[in-house]
Amino acid sequence: MSNNTITVRFFARLREELATDMLTLEPTPGLTAGQLLAQLAAKGGAWRQLNGDQPVMIAINQTMAKASHPVHGGDEIAFFPPVTGG
Amino acid sequence: MNGPTPEVSIQIDDFCPEKEYAALRDSGAGTGAIVTFTGLVRDSGDLTGVTGLFLEHYPGMTEQIINDLIAQAAERWDLRKARVIHRVGRLTLQDQIVFVGIASAHRSDAFAACQFIMDALKTSAPFWKKELTESGEHWVEQKASDRQQSAQWQADHDQP
Repeated sequence: MSNNTITVRFFARLREELATDMLTLEPTPGLTAGQLLAQLAAKGGAWRQLNGDQPVMIAINQTMAKASHPVHGGDEIAFFPPVTGG
Repeated sequence: MNGPTPEVSIQIDDFCPEKEYAALRDSGAGTGAIVTFTGLVRDSGDLTGVTGLFLEHYPGMTEQIINDLIAQAAERWDLRKARVIHRVGRLTLQDQIVFVGIASAHRSDAFAACQFIMDALKTSAPFWKKELTESGEHWVEQKASDRQQSAQWQADHDQP
């Protein structure tokens, strides 16, 4: 992976409904995790569920993060539904 | 002893609580109490007529979060040894899903640490459960009661 790209991962219901477990893309400078979600939601179809109507949890480099958190080249961003283990 | 050695396993295979108990018991003469919890697959959850579960996790992040929970427990209570096992993949009715075991000097610490780790794991460790039934499958929704139970530990901790 080049340092300019980010890896975006999806889990559980999101992974199934988006039919995507991982994608890579080049973030625009200053992009936040929330703006990335909005960009993905704009793809339409199943992706619209990322528009903020449903809770989506965000992890950046495997640490929970807020939507306002910036993303940088080389980061691993994960989006997933509220967790239900145990 | 300088606190517990965090030990976390995320695995497809079943586990043996008797072996885990024996390992917890082997934690020195300062140990006076062992509490263990084992969670099983039951036949009803969000749906009735559940025939099994599928469990997914975020490899790496899950282990790190549970290790952090054990470290938090070690700061709040006397912990001599801690062990957490969580299974993933396809499970059937009455299968063991999760094990939390705590060895401590005192029973109150062992009970509290075990329940804290279990409650916090449910709302913070990246696992997702899908219920399987004869008529279809359903990703389990996070429960407000689980969030409240987990938040209560933080509230208790924040009290002066």
